[in-house]
Amino acid sequence: MAKPYLPKVVTANDLLRGDVIWLDAQGGWVRSLAEAAVFDTPQTAEAALKSAAAQVDKVVGAYLADIRLVGGEPEPVHFREEMRVRGAFANLDLTP
Amino acid sequence: MYRYDEFDDAFVRTRVAQFRGQVERRLSGALTEDEFKPLRLQNGLYLQLHAYMLRVAIPYGTLSSTQMQQLAMIAERWDRGFGHFTTRQNIQFNWPKLQDVPEILEALADVQMHAIQTSGNCIRNVTADHFAGAAADEIEDPRPTAELIRQWSSDHPEFAFLPRKFKIAVTGSPNDRAVTKAHDIGLRMVRDANGAPGYEVIVGGGLGRTPMIGKVIRGFLPKSDLLPYLEAIVRVYNLYGRRDNKYKARIKILVHEEGLEKIRAQVEAEFEQQMALSGGPLVAPDPAQVARIEAYFAAPELPERPAHSQNLSELLSLRPNLAAWVQTNTSDHRQPGYRIVTVTLKSIGEVPGDASASQMRVLADLAARYSLDELRISHEQNVILPHVAQDDLPAVFDTLRAAGLAEANAGLISDIIACPGMDYCALATARSIPIAQDIAKRFAEPARAREIGKMQVKISGCINACGHHHVGHVGILGLDKAGKENYQITLGGDATETLAVGERAGRGLDAEEVGPAMERLMDAYLRLRLSADETFLQAYRRLGAAPFKGAIYEEENADAA
Ligand code: SF4
Repeated sequence: MAKPYLPKVVTANDLLRGDVIWLDAQGGWVRSLAEAAVFDTPQTAEAALKSAAAQVDKVVGAYLADIRLVGGEPEPVHFREEMRVRGAFANLDLTP
Repeated sequence: MYRYDEFDDAFVRTRVAQFRGQVERRLSGALTEDEFKPLRLQNGLYLQLHAYMLRVAIPYGTLSSTQMQQLAMIAERWDRGFGHFTTRQNIQFNWPKLQDVPEILEALADVQMHAIQTSGNCIRNVTADHFAGAAADEIEDPRPTAELIRQWSSDHPEFAFLPRKFKIAVTGSPNDRAVTKAHDIGLRMVRDANGAPGYEVIVGGGLGRTPMIGKVIRGFLPKSDLLPYLEAIVRVYNLYGRRDNKYKARIKILVHEEGLEKIRAQVEAEFEQQMALSGGPLVAPDPAQVARIEAYFAAPELPERPAHSQNLSELLSLRPNLAAWVQTNTSDHRQPGYRIVTVTLKSIGEVPGDASASQMRVLADLAARYSLDELRISHEQNVILPHVAQDDLPAVFDTLRAAGLAEANAGLISDIIACPGMDYCALATARSIPIAQDIAKRFAEPARAREIGKMQVKISGCINACGHHHVGHVGILGLDKAGKENYQITLGGDATETLAVGERAGRGLDAEEVGPAMERLMDAYLRLRLSADETFLQAYRRLGAAPFKGAIYEEENADAA
């Protein structure tokens, strides 16, 4: 049996700051996974990735990441994205 | 210490100016990421998981106080107030912003430092014994050799696009602290039967996906032939090294697949050809330049001091903390009355190899005051004060303690090498740092750590093995097992002149299983050893893997019984 399609979000790094960003429903970039747009089909996900990756003067390394919806909120499936959500474990930035 | 000549300075400044232009064009959209990426990598700028990372070379691990002060300034001004010292004598800044990087490179150039050739398929930063120029067991200071290699390999037009990256390490001591047998080329300074200086040349070592122990390609190479011989090796590699598969592209695979004899014949033929050129080999350095380099590393004039310090002896008997630190964290200096101090960046619970800007300043001040302005960075991610008078040890200790840098654990179980792993690294398959922190905390009790004695735990967050796990007495490799972190344990590795690759213990462990397994393993060793003098490695070699594997997988064994 084919595996069910896992919903996707688009994530990348900001060109200037290098930090982790997520594509939102308006085609802009946000810094919180909770505000990211969720794509339910391969077609919409691929199309979103394509247009995101085309923003060469804003982002680097855009890719699709699996998520699951928990109480309507996207949560990472893989611990790589968990790390991207959480930031480096050590030496957290305490500056405002 | 070596000082840039006008050529070095102009070269570095030109590269900074070029990179400034490249960043501007990237930001304006004139360069795409595909076009820009190789340019930024040539200047040591990576994109990691959460941010850019700038890798700065510390050639042969030597830093002056001024350079360390500048690294502190950079950490504070353009990063988050700390830097990470790596297993290849580099420092990494983990949070620079793209538009700031040209400024950072300019600030590095001001103190004769750069990030060139810290990435890409070229000859990387040359590493050396971190006790160079100070060790009691040293035949000769390896740093003039390393500096010569740095000059030869910097911007070498023929070797800018090798099949894969290329790493060279040099030791001047028979006790190998530079892991020379795990490098593409390892050089050991030796003397021939007549006392003439030269090198034993080792080729084809490496860790990573396919660990290989380097093999001796030339037992004795006269000192003056060094560059033509290195040129011959790298030429042969450049010609015949595989480019079809990046996992098989290192020289270790070439040596392994073709056989040492064949490679040796090719290298010797190439070498002969160069030596036969009319006017001599192209890369033979000018003796005046060699003399200039050597003069920079001339043995320092240290005031004579008595071998025994009555003052220190009295203090040691009164201050057990100081005594423990002097015992574990200082080593024999070649001059009586002096010690080499190892400052471990491994305070319990901290990130191995990280130093804050204020700690860097403390270290710089201590070097200026007590160690002839010199510091060294070790591949073990520690900082060395190479020339400290015995009488000054209490003052150095007290200052370090106030800065949280006086952990008496050099060479002990909590002196762990750990790569950045998935906390930072985009290539990682698992985290390394929390595993190191967990183990260090479990063995935080100094008496227990000292009872266990010499113990090297080395952790890598992926198969690339930046954390040298293959050669740890206990190696830990973090993998991704169906989306979950999983840790493979290896036992019996050795990072010295008797280099050995550890043996896999068995199934991988979950993150939370690693710490308890380490405790059982150490308990087993303490039970099994013949005496306190038998190190873990000796006990492992005597008894074989079985009892140690048994300790790691104790519960399973009990279930199966
Ligand atoms: S071993 Fe892997 S995870 Fe660790 S620093 Fe190297 S590439 Fe990154």
